[in-house]
Amino acid sequence: MPKVVAKPEVCMGCHLCEVWCVVAHSNSKDIVKAFKYEKTPHPRIIVDENLPEVFAIQCRHCEEPDCVFACISGALYKDESGRVVHDESKCVGCLSCVMACPHGGIVIDLDNRKIVKCDLCEEIGFPVCVKMCPNEALIYEEG
Amino acid sequence: MHEKIFEKIEMEKNQTGNIEFFLGEKEMKSFMLPEFIIERSDERCIRCRVCERQCPEGTHRYDGELDMMFHAEEKCVGCQRCAVFCPTNALIVRPHPSQYRPNANWTREKLQDLKKQAETGGVILTGSGNDKPYRIYWDHLVLNASQVTNPSIDPLREPMELRTFLGRKPDSLEIKIGEDFEGVEIQSELFPNVMIETPIVFSAMSYGAISYNAFKSLAMAAKEYGTLFNTGEGGLPISLRDGYGSSAIVQVASGRFGVDPDYLNVAAAVEIKIGQGAKPGIGGHLPGEKVTEKISETRMIPEGTDALSPAPQHDIYSIEDLSMLIYALKEATNYEKPVSVKIAAVHNVAAIASGIVRAGADIVAIDGLRGGTGAAPKIIRDNVGIPIELALAAVDKRLREEGIRNKASILIAGGIRNSADVIKAIALGADAVYIGTPALVAMGCTICQKCYTGRCSWGICTQDPYLTRRLNPEIASKRLVNLLRGWSHEIKEMLGGMGINAIESLRGNRDHLRGVGLEEWELNVLGVKGAGE
Repeated sequence: MPKVVAKPEVCMGCHLCEVWCVVAHSNSKDIVKAFKYEKTPHPRIIVDENLPEVFAIQCRHCEEPDCVFACISGALYKDESGRVVHDESKCVGCLSCVMACPHGGIVIDLDNRKIVKCDLCEEIGFPVCVKMCPNEALIYEEG
Repeated sequence: MHEKIFEKIEMEKNQTGNIEFFLGEKEMKSFMLPEFIIERSDERCIRCRVCERQCPEGTHRYDGELDMMFHAEEKCVGCQRCAVFCPTNALIVRPHPSQYRPNANWTREKLQDLKKQAETGGVILTGSGNDKPYRIYWDHLVLNASQVTNPSIDPLREPMELRTFLGRKPDSLEIKIGEDFEGVEIQSELFPNVMIETPIVFSAMSYGAISYNAFKSLAMAAKEYGTLFNTGEGGLPISLRDGYGSSAIVQVASGRFGVDPDYLNVAAAVEIKIGQGAKPGIGGHLPGEKVTEKISETRMIPEGTDALSPAPQHDIYSIEDLSMLIYALKEATNYEKPVSVKIAAVHNVAAIASGIVRAGADIVAIDGLRGGTGAAPKIIRDNVGIPIELALAAVDKRLREEGIRNKASILIAGGIRNSADVIKAIALGADAVYIGTPALVAMGCTICQKCYTGRCSWGICTQDPYLTRRLNPEIASKRLVNLLRGWSHEIKEMLGGMGINAIESLRGNRDHLRGVGLEEWELNVLGVKGAGE
């Protein structure tokens, strides 16, 4: 199953993965426009800090995903490539998946009463956080 | 140190201003002007706070209440980490335009140093190499090329040899050829030599002075390209001995840190360090706060204690004493490894080098006026020693005159900036060159000269676990290998242009150099003709 894996030993906590995740999921895909002139989307990757330890957390696209089992509306499902996909139109914002996820990989979007999660940048074709990490602390495993 | 950053992050949670951000650590009001000015384009700034997180000095600060970034310019050291990592190029960091009344004698730097000294009462420390405008002789030497009378060589089509052997060469080569020309044998006694694929070696930078990741990056790059790195005086961590020992020159310096039989025997060569170009006559001092558990193991000193390297080696007060140490090390390594002696380039360098060769050294390493350091008194760095170009020419000439040039290889350090400097050094008589600062720059260093603070924002010259992980050895070693590869290609191009197909043919070949804008005495010391002659 494809996923993005963090290498904590070289993660320097710059949070640029979050920044580029936001850009990748914005309308314009322009960094300045996305942050300053659009409704800024939530990043789907979160850098967790307990200094000096620091690394990025996002959806692991688990083999047996607890979030999918917990989803009451069928908005979360596993597709044929092994990715855990979120169908926004079905999401009722119950946050059961957030409680079920053992990794903290699901982000709450309070404004829209929904969740957002890593989609491995489906729209762009490759995970932007991996591409833009300045220290190669994120690795894409196609699995 | 990371506790401080931790506190900073804790404070961020309040996300409002705090008075400590503006309070310095000094007891009295500082009269110094900020060294750098930070210009932030608000049109571009997206408040991602990368600058704040990347700055170990705490220059930038985010205010959550106002959703604004602030900065304290007096903390900025001009390392450009924030400017490079800013994803929207919103930052410009440049020398501060504020000036005292212009004065050719009392420059801004002199005044600032005086004020700093008046506030601290201490020796002014600095890092990196001499930044004063002493004449750079490389820039006054030009290379030859073939035209009409001899053909130039295209290195992309024809083989070009950069392979270099470091160590003592036999006085003469006697060959015994068997009957019917079968079984050719070398009769002369051969001495241990180290083979390197390009005449470029990484300078001595110890684990302790630089981070484990930086040290490992140098080791990885040296191994991959088939050249050497130098451990400096901080020992070779056991975890790196099996993998990279055969690419290491291990140093035995005045503090004898990290020296054990395995350390000596695992290496390609052993180097006795007498002096360093950045601080001739001065010892070293690794502060206890940098002596972490791993460093204490490698250096064989208790954790948290200062690692003091005395100024002289206390068992070497004469050439005879030096000879004893050289042979002690040869004995310890079963006469299988060349022994190098590294000195700083000082006034009598030629005579000293001659003594070193006669004492039994297989390699003489000379470190010039512009050699770098992790920490040195600024007054020493900027005023002691002589330029490496003159020292190299003087040593090569002296050893030739005395007929002992073959007994030792010459390695030079301090002030090599590009491949042209390398090739000019070889034409002046060097066997190979050490590069320190160029390697650091390849890894990210911007020569901000704050190595001595231990807060290197590029993760090179620091032991702070939050900062060292910024340097990914996988990336840094790739950058270093690219540097070696690029320079080697350029050297081949220049050699080809001269019509030479092996670096060996250029060594000490001063006919391929001409001086431009040099005085008679300088041309004489360098042993080169003026351009047009």
